Amino acid sequence: MISTETDILRAAEEWAASGRGVAIATVVETWGSAPRPVGSHLVIDGEGNFLGSVSGGCVEGAVVAEAADVIADGRPRTLEFGVADEAAWKVGLSCGGRIKVYVEPVRAEAAR
Amino acid sequence: MDLAILSALNAERAARRAAVLVTELAGGAQRLVRQGEIAADPLAALIEAQLRTGKSGSVEAGGASYFLTVQAPHPRIVVTGAVHISQAMAPMAQALDLDLVVIDPRTAFATPERFPGVTLLAEWPEEALPRLGLDGYTAFVALTHDPKIDDPGLAAALRSDCFYIGALGSRKTHGKRLERLAAAGFDAGATGRIHAPIGLDIGAVSPAEIALAILAEIVSSLRGPRRKPA
Repeated sequence: MISTETDILRAAEEWAASGRGVAIATVVETWGSAPRPVGSHLVIDGEGNFLGSVSGGCVEGAVVAEAADVIADGRPRTLEFGVADEAAWKVGLSCGGRIKVYVEPVRAEAAR
Repeated sequence: MDLAILSALNAERAARRAAVLVTELAGGAQRLVRQGEIAADPLAALIEAQLRTGKSGSVEAGGASYFLTVQAPHPRIVVTGAVHISQAMAPMAQALDLDLVVIDPRTAFATPERFPGVTLLAEWPEEALPRLGLDGYTAFVALTHDPKIDDPGLAAALRSDCFYIGALGSRKTHGKRLERLAAAGFDAGATGRIHAPIGLDIGAVSPAEIALAILAEIVSSLRGPRRKPA
C-alpha cells in the first residue's frame, strides 16, 4: 500500500533518479477543517502520474496540472485552495477548509 | 528540491534518524538539517521546537517564511512472541502504518508462513534487540508468557527510550514479573512504565480483540489523547 509519506518521498527519489521529470507538492498551511495535515505530500511526474495526496482528492487535479508547469519551467510556486478562493467553485474543498500547497521541482543536478 | 537533498532526507529516514528540511518559501532555497547539525543552524530554536512537535509546519524568521519538513523516525512495534496475538496484530499494524518486528527464538512459532510480510527474527531478544536499537520511536510488547524470552526484552526496553512498553499477563503474572525485574535492579519508577495488564480496557477476549486493544494503547501513547473529558 503506497500511502505513507515514507513511500511517497522514496518514490520521488526513484522517479527523479531514473530521469523522469518530478515535482513534489507539500501542504504547508491549513485553515479550518482540511482533509490532509500540514506536511502531506503529493508526488507528480511529467506524464501526470501521481502518488500520495494533499487533500484527499478535492484539489489533486489542479495540483497535478500546476505541477506540469513547475516541471517544465523548474520554478516552485505556492497554490491556495479553499472556499474563500474564487477557484473554489471550480476546484474547492467540500469540507469548507483552506489549504496552501507548495509545489517544487526535483532537480536531478544541482542548479547552482 | 535537489535530488541530492531528497536522497539524503530518505537516507536519514532509513537510518531512523531525525532530520528537518528547511525551505524558504519565497525563493525556494533549501537545506537539510540533520539531528546533530541543528544547534549550529541559524534557525536552531525554531527547528528544535518544530521537531519536538513531531509535525511539519511553517515558521517566520527575519521577515521570511520558512517551511520546516519534520522527518521523525517511523514508529515501529517490536514484539517478543510469534504467537496468535502477534499474528492478529500484523495486518492491523500494517493498516495503521506501524512497522512490526516479531522476535521469538522458538523456531516452531517463528515461521514465515505464520507471519507473511512481517520482519521475523528467530533469535533470543538478547541477540536481536541490540542490533535493532530500541529508540524513542519504538514500542516494545512482550507476549510470550515465558520469562526466559519476555524478561530480557523488557529489561532492554526499560533501559531504552521506548515510547511504549507493554507486557501480556494477569495482575498475578505481572506481580511475579515485577519481583523478577526488581531483583534485576529495576525500581518501581522504571517498571511503572510497563503497561500491564496490556491494552486499553475494551473487554477484549479473542486474540484479534487483544491485538486491537494493544494497538489502540500504542497509538494513544504515540499521539496522546486529544478530546477533553466531557
